[in-house]
Amino acid sequence: MGTITQSPPRKIREVIEKAVIRFCGDSGDGMQVTGTQFSNTVALYGNDLATFPDYPAEIRAPAGTLPGVSGFQIHFGSTEVYTPGDAVDALVAMNPAALKMNLADLKKNGTLIVNADDFQPADLKKAQMASSPLEDHTLDAYRLFPVELTKLTGAALKELGLDAKSVDRCKNFFALGMCYWLYNRSMDSTFRWIEDKFKTKPLLIEANKLAMKAGYAYCEATEAFQVSYEIPPAKLEPGVYRSISGNTALALGFVAASQKAGIPLFLGSYPITPASDVLHELSKFKDFGVKTFQAEDEIAAVTSAIGAAYSGALGITTTSGPGMALKTEALGLAVAVELPLVVCNIQRGGPSTGLPTKTEQADLLQALYGRNSEAPLPVLAAATPGDCFWIALEASRIALKYMVPVIVLSDGYLANGAEPWRIPNVSELPEIPVHFATNPEGFLPYSRDPDTLARPWAIPGTPGLEHRVGGIEKQDGTGNLNYEPLNHEKMCRLRAAKVEAVAQEIPDVVPAGDPEGDLLIVGWGSTYGSITAALKAQRAMGRKIGHVHLRYLNPLPKNLGNVLKKYKKVLVPEMNMGQLLVLLRAKYLVDAQGYDKIQGKPFKQAELEAKIEEVLA
Amino acid sequence: MSTDTLPVYTKKDFQTDQDVRWCPGCGDYAILSAAQAVFPELGIPREKFVIVSGIGCSSRFPYYMNTYGFHGIHGRAPAIATGIKITRPDLEVWVATGDGDSLSIGGNHTIHMLRRNVGIKVLLFNNRIYGLTKGQYSPTSEFGKKTKSTPYGSPDRPFYPLSLALGADATFVARSVDVFQPHLKTTLKRAAAHRGSAFIEIMQNCNIFNDGAWESLTEKEVREDHIIAIEHGKPLVFGKNKDKGIRMNGIELEVVQLGNGVTENDVIIHDEKNHNPAYAFLLSRMDSTPGFPTPIGVLRAVEAVRYEDRIAEQIREVTAKHGKGDLAKLLRQGDTWEVK
Ligand SMILES: Cc1ncc(C[n+]2csc(CCOP(=O)(O)OP(=O)(O)O)c2C)c(N)n1
Ligand code: SF4
Ligand SMILES: [Mg+2]
Repeated sequence: MGTITQSPPRKIREVIEKAVIRFCGDSGDGMQVTGTQFSNTVALYGNDLATFPDYPAEIRAPAGTLPGVSGFQIHFGSTEVYTPGDAVDALVAMNPAALKMNLADLKKNGTLIVNADDFQPADLKKAQMASSPLEDHTLDAYRLFPVELTKLTGAALKELGLDAKSVDRCKNFFALGMCYWLYNRSMDSTFRWIEDKFKTKPLLIEANKLAMKAGYAYCEATEAFQVSYEIPPAKLEPGVYRSISGNTALALGFVAASQKAGIPLFLGSYPITPASDVLHELSKFKDFGVKTFQAEDEIAAVTSAIGAAYSGALGITTTSGPGMALKTEALGLAVAVELPLVVCNIQRGGPSTGLPTKTEQADLLQALYGRNSEAPLPVLAAATPGDCFWIALEASRIALKYMVPVIVLSDGYLANGAEPWRIPNVSELPEIPVHFATNPEGFLPYSRDPDTLARPWAIPGTPGLEHRVGGIEKQDGTGNLNYEPLNHEKMCRLRAAKVEAVAQEIPDVVPAGDPEGDLLIVGWGSTYGSITAALKAQRAMGRKIGHVHLRYLNPLPKNLGNVLKKYKKVLVPEMNMGQLLVLLRAKYLVDAQGYDKIQGKPFKQAELEAKIEEVLA
Repeated sequence: MSTDTLPVYTKKDFQTDQDVRWCPGCGDYAILSAAQAVFPELGIPREKFVIVSGIGCSSRFPYYMNTYGFHGIHGRAPAIATGIKITRPDLEVWVATGDGDSLSIGGNHTIHMLRRNVGIKVLLFNNRIYGLTKGQYSPTSEFGKKTKSTPYGSPDRPFYPLSLALGADATFVARSVDVFQPHLKTTLKRAAAHRGSAFIEIMQNCNIFNDGAWESLTEKEVREDHIIAIEHGKPLVFGKNKDKGIRMNGIELEVVQLGNGVTENDVIIHDEKNHNPAYAFLLSRMDSTPGFPTPIGVLRAVEAVRYEDRIAEQIREVTAKHGKGDLAKLLRQGDTWEVK
């Protein structure tokens, strides 16, 4: 063009390996959406990641107050990421309450973006702050960016003629746009999401996109932002990936199981946090013939699933702690009638209503023993969000093969947390053969397969196999009511032996890290990521540590006892008061020690490392 | 199996080889016998029948019927049956339950099954007592009733089971009596022919813990005056000499003596198809007022979408629109990326 234009201020792009970012604000500020969008974008780019959505139990606690604060943390990197990260590199706080609740986790000299418009005296008062942190030097240790998010968003959307409330609702996307600039990420996938989400509201599509673009442009233009970060894609195992949360993975796993087994899927469920999303997901899959039944309560949810299983479906039920408590009697029935059933407990903090939106793994002993009398059943636990898919398949396979109810344990952290997941080819999925009895000749409802001890699955509608099942003790073979003492003992032992028989298929545990040495860490469930990260760090310092993560909690892998003996010490970190610990000590007479955290939050890597150092000191 | 190859069944085909363990003289025998007599006549292959029950004397019923049977847990039969019916709408599912089983511990499941109109037929064995646990009062026991657990009389007001069912908008509501075999059989057949939920209260005598609970309805001398057998399209008249009728008076019912200018034209013509459940509701509890008879027969029989059919229909609709689900596609839905 011939004329000289002034070049934009030179900005620095720094390549880094990992970053932890947290969005926090009022529960009405859309922090979960913002966080999810950011995660999807970095996932699509090829980073490894782990997320930690943390939201209050109240849908909308009074705006601007401390109990109303909602957060979403994302740890993403160009190398493996195992946890959502201990400390935060960049914090976006939409109001004083959010700042107050989250500041402690921000690293010294970390990036702090706050909505400066929301630090008026009234806002400060709601957050119980005596003075404005923007002025009283409490934030001197951080790289503070007070940004007038509300005003700037308003200015960007001025032309649209939207009402003030709708404009205000777009300010989270302004903040998101800023973060996309900060980490050099494309806004495309969020654009697509906005277009889909507001399909019928073109004005809102426009508004949200404009707000995000404005946020991006703001960082580009202002002098304040000089450095942006680049985190190259991670070197993951080759394949096609998607980002997946534990609850979605469970839902997909059950659809896959039903397809592989060639039988319809039936879900009986009653809404409860954090399990409801499995119901929401499965209710969409009508094209797979999935039947979902939102029952009147958890008892109807599980008993309807038992009825479905009796009729030849893959019967499943999903819930969380309080609902699990309601299902206990029916689980005993499922044990007695020996029907296949999968029960998912997405654990949350308890007792009673406890901490509905927070994570915990304190229902292990309930899963194992929480029924009247001798009512053993297999118990499996997922280790990561993506593992929920495989656990759903495996639980279904065991239930169908052994004609037994199976409990799957997940938790709030796995349920809502997301990670990149390598999408398997359908051919990689295990076969799930199902056999329905059809031959009336010599048919006995409680005859047994010699390898699995499973009884035949004879479903209504099959001519000549009419028979009765029920919870009253029955004679082996015929299934006729039988109260004889020795028959009862035989039946109890048979039902237990059937569950024990599952061990024949459980792969031997192979410890991660050192195959023998000073310390073995035994974990289960969602602590997988934190333990793995701590183990890596501690081994890098030369310590001899192994890690066994149990996906099968009943029966336990056959070689576990031997593995425990190969280490001088055994440490069992759990988000409970030592439940697996009790089991291991009782079963293997090993002097294992526990490390418990019951705060509704996952372990931090640093906490585990400190404990390891203490144990090995 | 198509109907033309349907075997000719007899009562024997629906009996099992298990010893019936009810007390001698228990009204449950009569109900069992009526069902075993009716089932062969329904034109349904035997393997299609599933009888589900909860816990109680009455809930032993499935063991004595040579069909598929599921003896569940206390109160939960409607939920088990709902799972069966959603999975297999083609099955003929019946529930046998007691007044405690269905109205106390299982009250919630009962009303929700009826509200949804799942195609399940419920036989409520109402003996106004807990039989199996040896004689405590039940949700249908009279106010003031002395039982093992109420030595000074029950402080509870009882349920009217049919009012409850109607309150849940049940599409088929009927009542019969254990010892009225022809009436009971007819009522069972009517229920079998109904497409949605059918709720039948059967007055049943527990001769051990609540003997004579329904005596005033069953005693030859008095029953004509205490019972009104209602039929669709027929006037509501009763009494030994068919000389009493039931008439609307404002929004109340009243008993009138026929004669002296009052004729059958003045009394209510029973309309079981009345879509407003208020009418059947009046009938369902009229015997709470002295002088009124207890209605037996079909109080309400209306059509509504069957729950399991609607669920199956949604699957057909969605599949017709989007095609049958493809697992590989499902796993890859949403944003994906490739790592090489
Ligand atoms: C969860 C549970 N609570 C209590 C019982 C004990 N129980 C068995 S049958 C019954 C009441 C049965 O009364 P009803 O339903 O009227 O049946 P009936 O025996 O009179 O036919 C009770 C309380 C049980 N089996 N399960
Ligand atoms: S206790 Fe009553 S209801 Fe139960 S079997 Fe005996 S007579 Fe029948
Ligand atoms: Mg009873």
